[in-house]
Amino acid sequence: MSINEIQDELISDFELFDDWESKYEYIIDLGKQLPPLEEQYKTEENIIKGCQSRVWLHTYLEGDKLHFAADSDAIIVRGLVSMLVKVLSGHTPEAIAKADLYFLERIGLHQHLAQTRSNGLASMVKQMKHYAIAYQAVD
Amino acid sequence: MTTVTQQLDIAKIRRDFPILNETINGKPLVYLDNAATTQKPRQVLDALTGYYEHYNANIHRGIHHLAEKATSAFEASRRRIQAFLNARLSEEIIFTYGSTDGINLVAQAYGRAFLKAGDEIIISTMEHHSNIVPWQMLCEEKGCILKVIPISEEGELRMEEYEKLLSERTKFVSVVHVSNALGTINPVAQIVEKAHAVGAKVLLDGAQASSHLSIDVQALDCDFYVFSLHKLYGPTGMGVLYGKKELLDAMPPYRGGGEMIKEVTFEKTTYNELPYKFEAGTPNIADVVAARTALDYVDELGKEAIAEHEHQLLRYATDALEAIEGLRIIGRAKEKIGVLSFVMEGIHHQDIGVLLDQQGIAIRTGHHCTQPMMQRFGIPGTSRASFSVYNTMEEVDSLVRGLHKVKKMLG
Ligand SMILES: Cc1ncc(COP(=O)(O)O)c(C=O)c1O
Repeated sequence: MSINEIQDELISDFELFDDWESKYEYIIDLGKQLPPLEEQYKTEENIIKGCQSRVWLHTYLEGDKLHFAADSDAIIVRGLVSMLVKVLSGHTPEAIAKADLYFLERIGLHQHLAQTRSNGLASMVKQMKHYAIAYQAVD
Repeated sequence: MTTVTQQLDIAKIRRDFPILNETINGKPLVYLDNAATTQKPRQVLDALTGYYEHYNANIHRGIHHLAEKATSAFEASRRRIQAFLNARLSEEIIFTYGSTDGINLVAQAYGRAFLKAGDEIIISTMEHHSNIVPWQMLCEEKGCILKVIPISEEGELRMEEYEKLLSERTKFVSVVHVSNALGTINPVAQIVEKAHAVGAKVLLDGAQASSHLSIDVQALDCDFYVFSLHKLYGPTGMGVLYGKKELLDAMPPYRGGGEMIKEVTFEKTTYNELPYKFEAGTPNIADVVAARTALDYVDELGKEAIAEHEHQLLRYATDALEAIEGLRIIGRAKEKIGVLSFVMEGIHHQDIGVLLDQQGIAIRTGHHCTQPMMQRFGIPGTSRASFSVYNTMEEVDSLVRGLHKVKKMLG
């Protein structure tokens, strides 16, 4: 699936929820299901510090596809991280670099990206794009 | 002593605060982040617009009617603050941007002139970053040594350790009057007395104290006192530095510019007298003027009555939160203001904050700009509810219900 197809799928998943509780319960579930990042990747280099919670991002290339694995110490951020990984991981650096992430806005979660200082999420997206651009340049 | 404090009409007080009618995520706002900043009553908002609508002018220099009116309102605020702190002289009141600005002023103007390599500066583990970093900067520049008073598990200063730190090398003590993260009220009169006994000067950070306690700088005998109006129902961007006249007189100016000079020539500039020496540039006139209204508002309700109400909220909330399984209160000092910091077992504070926000409840989560203290407690942060005069028992109930929901959702 393309990045946009995955985003559209997430958007329609969220259309099922008509109150904040079911929406957040779903995000919390995603957070719980996300496999923890292996300790060896929880390095100082991979950490994205927010004012409130921490996010770790591990990046690797397989063939011509860029992969992400991530984690956070807060569960809701973990759920959001899991969605971002689901959307962006496993695509070519070109596709990731030019991806327009509209799904958070459409499911009403964009405020989590806007709070740049309180969680590492916005920095994580920036970081993912940086890697994609860097890998593009290597090609 | 029996003090009869009059019962406040909280419903009536709430009507003074327009923002309390806001809905957040479709729910009525429950604002429990008052230690970060309080909301502003209509009276203060009117004072702000009243200034801009009727007598906005630059002060001290103009001779026209508006300039005179603005100048006299500005200086009336200074005298109002003098009374609020019971300072001896109105020129001991310096207007600043806030507590942070006041501490920086003292660290730079006093510290640079009077502290030297090897001198010791004492702060405490419970300081806000605003009362740590300016001193670290000074230490780096001058080679002074920073000493830190430890705190107990309950969140009280360990006074016996403080006494051990004091010596003839101690030249400055800068401590918080009331902790923003724990609510602890520190024995500041005692701290001042002991510091003075070794010849050290003392600054008290009153950012949290000013809205809850009566402050008498002469009785405390502190050398400097700072606070921010935005935590006291007043406007943002306006604060106060109180300093003893003889010290302020001896200190060199901190910033240069208009207002703070007597005469400027390219050869030599002479400085204005107190308080203008420390108020370079056009000051924050509107907010200074409105500050007076904020203080009038507080005094009309009565600080004792406000403190009593907040205390009832604190007691009620402490009992209710303690009944939640897995919740632990951080900060159990005997003397506290209405601040309740807590952690919940297995739940990250950010998740608590996000899920309460969905329910319209605003609290603060994180390290509260007191990272060294969080390290002391071995936690990354806390969730903090802080109360103000307009909060109600029903709002505490909402918080408790909200926390139960958080537990259920994350359990
Ligand atoms: C204890 C304490 N000191 C200093 C400050 C800094 O105040 P301001 O940001 O208004 O300068 C605060 C504000 O959070 C505080 O709580």
